[in-house]
Amino acid sequence: MRDVAIIGIGMNEKWGELWDKSIRTIFTEAALNAMDDCNVDHIDSMYIGCMSGGLFVGQEHLGSMLADNLGADFIPATRVESACASGGLAFRQAFMDVASGMSEIVLAGGVEKMLDVDGGAATYALSTAADQEYECFHGVTFPGLYAMIANAHMAKYGTTRKQLAHVSVKNHMNGSKNHRAQFPFKTTLEEVVNSVMVADPLTIMDCSPVTDGAAAVILCPLDLAKKKFANKPIIKVIGSGHATDSIALHDRKDLTWLSAVELSGKRALKMAGKKIADINVCEVHDCFTIAEICVTEALGIFEPGMGGPSVESGITNIGGKIPVNTSGGLKSKGHPVGATGIAQIIEITEQLRGISGDRQVNGAKVGMTQNMGGSGGSSVCHILEVN
Amino acid sequence: MGITARNWREYPQRYRLEAAKCSQCGKVFFPPRLICNQCKSRKFETIKLPGEGTVKTFTVIRVAPTNFIDEVPYAIGIIELLEGFSTMMQIADCDPEKISIGMKVKLEFRKIQSDGEAGVIMYGYKAVPVSE
Ligand SMILES: [Zn+2]
Repeated sequence: MRDVAIIGIGMNEKWGELWDKSIRTIFTEAALNAMDDCNVDHIDSMYIGCMSGGLFVGQEHLGSMLADNLGADFIPATRVESACASGGLAFRQAFMDVASGMSEIVLAGGVEKMLDVDGGAATYALSTAADQEYECFHGVTFPGLYAMIANAHMAKYGTTRKQLAHVSVKNHMNGSKNHRAQFPFKTTLEEVVNSVMVADPLTIMDCSPVTDGAAAVILCPLDLAKKKFANKPIIKVIGSGHATDSIALHDRKDLTWLSAVELSGKRALKMAGKKIADINVCEVHDCFTIAEICVTEALGIFEPGMGGPSVESGITNIGGKIPVNTSGGLKSKGHPVGATGIAQIIEITEQLRGISGDRQVNGAKVGMTQNMGGSGGSSVCHILEVN
Repeated sequence: MGITARNWREYPQRYRLEAAKCSQCGKVFFPPRLICNQCKSRKFETIKLPGEGTVKTFTVIRVAPTNFIDEVPYAIGIIELLEGFSTMMQIADCDPEKISIGMKVKLEFRKIQSDGEAGVIMYGYKAVPVSE
């Protein structure tokens, strides 16, 4: 395998309600921004993470449509789907394409246009990431699934309602410094706990929003990056891990443990030759506050049951020992599901380049991303290092 | 999000609570599967799931999918029916505030939802508390 580097990154100016633009426009904006970031005028192939073009905008066949709109005529272009982990998985496919020697300059992108449909239709589209016949049939929702994880976690470990709220408060604090965030406001423990209840014990302020947004990065062989793209710090992709699990939550032995997250993390760390303690900054999948707590445990950042006390202690704040979700996370930055995994890569790339401004983690050399599908039915992790 | 085949296809396992038990290692699957993920055996026997279990976790849905909007708030949980085997269902006939993890429930055959105003009525199982 060849070593692979990230040379270009791009997003929309701001994520949120992009009603005046269609899916092709928001994707092409992000892709052109990524190409401009590294000054490439062509790409050899591309991978696009999108969970459900069909249900959100009635459009499939996105590989061809988006390659055409990007002016990348006739290139191989592949749409990748793994629910909310589609973006992370698209990045992994692009990484393997370059690492294998098949292609030189490859774009990994993600897009989701979720606000073209009403709330009911968006909820339905998202619910297709759960088991339709044995979970959704009974009237469960995604907040409901994570609420069940939260109640199990609280019963097993004594995790508190307040600790869940700390995740939201921290991520909104970080997001308030991110000009691209959909909801860049700060919040308080009281506001989170006293917001509208969605599925007990989770309120609307424990839930990530529905969002229109796109993100894209450009990958190439490390050797080529050193020769032609050395005007910016070169970010190496040193580890990639992917794992699956049952999509039905009830089929898992321990409802508080995300095995796919654990395994994808271990696989990525093994490839990178790193330990979890080597990670300086981390973007994880906080689709709900409890998810960040469970993920930080499954990745081994904290012992099982210690995710809640850890976020409460401030150790995951910017300036803490291991900052988590410096971008604002899915909660504040927004969660256009197919684009989220790519945006996580962009946040870590910026941190390692040292251009994160008020959100900068000083001296960050190694960063990690974790992107989850459904209630933990899939997980993709990547480890990046500045050259 | 109109009706799809999954709503009128017959689900004997859903109506009769039938699961597949691996003939080799004994692991129980609901719905039945063709291969056991634990021992890779392809031989199963059909068993009837017990009609009682305990609440492993639960939540109260207050913002519901379109088909369930008229029913909020309603409780839904993961019910352990056999040691190491659980599945999801609504918890009915009780005050959602009174449900707790470890609570004993029994299963009953109920209407779960209907597809649209004049659509197919879909039946299945719900859990109701067992009075001790
Ligand atoms: Zn078996």
